[in-house]
Amino acid sequence: MEIRRQGDCIEISELDPFLAELLRQVPESTNTDGVEAAQQRLFSSPAAASEAEMCAEWKLYVEPELRRLFQTATQTVAADLQQLNGSTKPFADCTLRIPTENSDAWLNALNQARLVIAAKYNFSEGELCDHYRSPIGSRRDLGLFQVNFYGFLQEFILHELRGER
Amino acid sequence: MHSSFTSSVENPAIEQETRTADEIDLPWQVVVHNDPVNLMSYVTMVFQKVFGLTKEKAERHMLEVHQQGRSILWSGMRERAELYVQQLHGYLLLATLERTN
Repeated sequence: MEIRRQGDCIEISELDPFLAELLRQVPESTNTDGVEAAQQRLFSSPAAASEAEMCAEWKLYVEPELRRLFQTATQTVAADLQQLNGSTKPFADCTLRIPTENSDAWLNALNQARLVIAAKYNFSEGELCDHYRSPIGSRRDLGLFQVNFYGFLQEFILHELRGER
Repeated sequence: MHSSFTSSVENPAIEQETRTADEIDLPWQVVVHNDPVNLMSYVTMVFQKVFGLTKEKAERHMLEVHQQGRSILWSGMRERAELYVQQLHGYLLLATLERTN
């Protein structure tokens, strides 16, 4: 896999089928349905429980706005990912071009996905920092790999936004 | 008549209303809490965007969050503090509003 800035896009080329599939899973991975810990993390409380009135108002007025914001970011990413569905050869490497104007949406959706997966598998801080973990042997290991892979993409997008070379 | 006057003076609703107004005027602080998932570079970028901080100052706050578990990013009136917390939640950071003691 190669990742570089190409004009108004961030181009991820030579994407093997496995990594392409992980990218396709970004929108789906942001889904918090049935994962209470993920719901609580994405829609965390704005204040201590003693500020009951503030927390209730937040749920009523702010949470729907945050839901819309997160959903819009995910939809933008899903639209960009359509590029990965056009390949006629299913096992060929492919290329994804992310318009830089969609960078914020990508950062947001990748973060949603990372937080949801981390909440789902209850990864410890030690696990999240262990970049030399043994090969993928379970769905949980794959989840950790996803969190790290999405984090790597976030780092690259941030790097490009800062204009660092 | 006397009894009625006494009753209106002692009406606890007025007292409650005054206290609430005072509470709203108290300075509030925007606190960001540590989260092992969010990247350090991402948190720094969010601090720069939301609070207009320099990279150096944003990094200092980010490191404080990482090492101490929390950092106070801003303090002032409640309405603005709420807006900051809303923005931080939009970036998926763990942020809360606290009364300044």
